Amino acid sequence: MISKEEVEHIAKLARLELTEKEVEKMRKDLTAILGYFDLLKRAPKVKIEEPAFAKASAWRRDEVVSSYDIADELIGAAPDKKDNYIKVKAIF
Amino acid sequence: MDLTELTIRRAHEGLKSKKFTSVELTKAYLEKIKKSDLNAFLSVTEDLALQQAEEADKKIASGEFGMLCGIPCAIKDAILVEGQKCTAASKILENYVASYDATVIKKLKESGAVILGKTNMDEFAMGGSGENSAFGATKNPHDKTKVAGGSSSGSAASVAADEACYSLGSDTGGSIRLPASFCGVVGLKPTYGAVSRYGLIAFGSSLDQIGPITKNIEDAKIVFDAISGKDKMDATSADYVYEKLNIELKDLKIGVPKEYFVKGIDRDVEKIIRSSIKKAEDAGAEIIDISLPSTEYALACYYIIAPCEASANLARYDGIKYGLSENGKDLLDVYLNSRGKGFGPEVKRRIILGTYALSSGYYDAYYKKALEVRELVKQDFVKAFKKVDLIFCPVSPTPAFKLGEKTDNPLAMYLVDVYTVAVNIAGVPGLSLPAGKTKEGLPVGLQIIGNHFEENKILSIGMFMEKA
Repeated sequence: MISKEEVEHIAKLARLELTEKEVEKMRKDLTAILGYFDLLKRAPKVKIEEPAFAKASAWRRDEVVSSYDIADELIGAAPDKKDNYIKVKAIF
Repeated sequence: MDLTELTIRRAHEGLKSKKFTSVELTKAYLEKIKKSDLNAFLSVTEDLALQQAEEADKKIASGEFGMLCGIPCAIKDAILVEGQKCTAASKILENYVASYDATVIKKLKESGAVILGKTNMDEFAMGGSGENSAFGATKNPHDKTKVAGGSSSGSAASVAADEACYSLGSDTGGSIRLPASFCGVVGLKPTYGAVSRYGLIAFGSSLDQIGPITKNIEDAKIVFDAISGKDKMDATSADYVYEKLNIELKDLKIGVPKEYFVKGIDRDVEKIIRSSIKKAEDAGAEIIDISLPSTEYALACYYIIAPCEASANLARYDGIKYGLSENGKDLLDVYLNSRGKGFGPEVKRRIILGTYALSSGYYDAYYKKALEVRELVKQDFVKAFKKVDLIFCPVSPTPAFKLGEKTDNPLAMYLVDVYTVAVNIAGVPGLSLPAGKTKEGLPVGLQIIGNHFEENKILSIGMFMEKA
């Protein structure tokens, strides 16, 4: 069974606040799901040359694209702002 | 005549011959949505719909108008419509208003479409039943005690219940095909890259694809034709133009994968799918038993790759840029509290699962292994399509199940996707076509899988199977 500490460590990496109850349920669920993943160990080995998504990416010209037409709306969507800036809490 | 029962073509003909106007058609749907208790819609965009319908009527009066002009549709609430709420059925986006149109919406608007509202779904498209919505489950129109299927639950239920003429859904691991199968409508998951993902709230970016849910195959063709094609805003979109194709069953080799008819499949489902295959054979198709040997690994592969991508994609919901923001003593606290409060249980589970599989010490055992298996699954299809033109199999091992039946057991819920995820992993197109009903009266979908960018082959044969 996945430990409480492990779940809490992962939750911290994921920036996710979990209640005690959620941590307990997550331990149970994660253990079952990871147990199911064990069947992959039987899968034949293959060599992959590139990540599955790399083929789809392509270079494009480094052109400036104006987004001023929706800039106000994008900033307007921020929960906390001052003038044309998005406000954040102190980092330290 | 009940206007809401019409297909796109018949509604188009009605508009053309002035039997009714787009405003009348739109009002008929809005009326139906208001009376419904299916919870298929998260928001109804009545003002937008009526304004679009009036504009459409002007276009129609001028005589120059296309198939989708003036036809009312519903949009999954993961697709942005400018100026309208877009929640992805999550508390974290409960009050988020879209700043721009998704490319598919831009295209529909240019075609003169009427947007009735945004449909219910599993939160962030994570689920197979529709029950993971933060705003309540969608009910199945064929039996209100059953799930509608997910994640595009409202998109499928609304079309099945005549609350929209057609809808758009998105499919990451079966999210168009499953609800289409459970609700008895047509659902197409296009080839990865055939339709732009710009403006679709991201879940698993190497798997996500937008597609149509419709009353019949012809409508699916019309909508797919309208929304597909290259988009400079989506680097993974392909230079693809839908071309009509008319082939017949007698010219066709159909593969039936033995791995899709194993223990656990419902008797009625197997009977219905076998009888569909028999009909194709009787019409002259050559039926070939094939094997997709990596099928048993596909589900585990999917449930590693999709949560890994999701854990990265959902990092943007931080309580700073948009969406729900919870107070905290410092920046980290704002992140923790906003995300802790805003995300539902399944979304949290997938974020934790993805973060775990990508974290130091586990990457090789999970994510890298899953990428290897992805290659195996792809090779299965490459080999299969050297022998056959199309693959016929079930969409799901069971028909729609009871609301609440699987909500406590995430692994049991994941197994619902066992026949749909391989299609996304390989990036090939797949269709769900209503094939019959169980003794209980629940619809069962036949899944037709084709090779990359062969939607026209799938749809052409789908048309035959629809009549068979």
